[in-house]
Amino acid sequence: MHEFSIARNITNIAEDELRKANANSVEKIELEIGELSGIEIESLEFVWEAAIRDSVLDNAELIINRIKAKAHCNDCDKEFGIKQLFDACPICRNHNFDILCGKELKIKSLTVN
Amino acid sequence: MCATCGCDSDKTVTLLKPGTNETENHHHHHEHTHDHHHDHEHFKTDPRELILERDVLMKNDLMAERNRGYFEAKNIMTFNLVSSPGSGKTTILEKTILKLSKDFTLAVIEGDQQSSNDAERISATGIEVIQINTGKGCHLDSEMVNRALKKLNPSNNSILFIENVGNLVCPALFDLGEGKRVVIISTTEGEDKPLKYPFMFESSEICIINKTDLLPYLDFDMEKLKDNAKRINPDLTFFELSATKGDGMDEWCHWLKDSMLVSD
Repeated sequence: MHEFSIARNITNIAEDELRKANANSVEKIELEIGELSGIEIESLEFVWEAAIRDSVLDNAELIINRIKAKAHCNDCDKEFGIKQLFDACPICRNHNFDILCGKELKIKSLTVN
Repeated sequence: MCATCGCDSDKTVTLLKPGTNETENHHHHHEHTHDHHHDHEHFKTDPRELILERDVLMKNDLMAERNRGYFEAKNIMTFNLVSSPGSGKTTILEKTILKLSKDFTLAVIEGDQQSSNDAERISATGIEVIQINTGKGCHLDSEMVNRALKKLNPSNNSILFIENVGNLVCPALFDLGEGKRVVIISTTEGEDKPLKYPFMFESSEICIINKTDLLPYLDFDMEKLKDNAKRINPDLTFFELSATKGDGMDEWCHWLKDSMLVSD
């Protein structure tokens, strides 16, 4: 379950940033997680409470923006939405594409006071 | 708790060199530049938004790049071996070492949750090996590898194999700084493994299909497996082999030799 260690990484980054900003507490944390990031959002939500317990994120509101994935086909030069890494290009049915977005695993912002 | 590997205690990851009693506990160097005793008052202020746009795995990725620079400077060809438990990673390594150790300097970093069984098997082949026990951690990360490198001190112009924790999910996200990632699947695992665990196949350059000696007894379609893997990663290079019986080992070892000679 790597979502737990991901949640702990997020907590550490939040602690660093809170200190740098000389703020007291985190009210809200906003994450961006792509559908092809390799993170199961439901698993992350499941472990979240245990992972942030007694940290600066303990009382923070968690917002997760789910980023839909898009790819560019290198054979027919078309852009298309992709749900799974093994999907084919819907136009030419080939698998030779680059993923344009959907692999994000980012902390977008922290709201602190 | 360790934020990099998610383990419960900083003492659960250990490094061990077979043949010695030398173990080293897990210790990350967390930077604490601030004073823990606050003597100023905190005033309630209006909430403000800090825009970070920060990659959650940035710390791991930066350390992986440091490892990569180390390998490049010393001309060490590095492979990160990933697979489910029981696919034959350690046997492939043992047999590869026997074939290559005459011509090349080799070293191994072994990753397992517990035990030094694998490191002892590798050590018996006569090459340098370090065991990393991740405790409860389900994958190696770049910092563990960095610490292991300092202990192992691999030679210039050598080949280093990193045997990751047996797990087809978690290690996919953690770059160790390797030159190439090798995903190993055995014929007993079924042709749909790549579709079930796509991230590992997407992030690998090489795919070894092991236990081909069992093919006569299995309802296993080799081409279907390769097609499934190529749906995710059309650039994968495949090797079919039986580490226990030796079939296909020459092709794999020739490829390693050729890669090493090209990089010289």
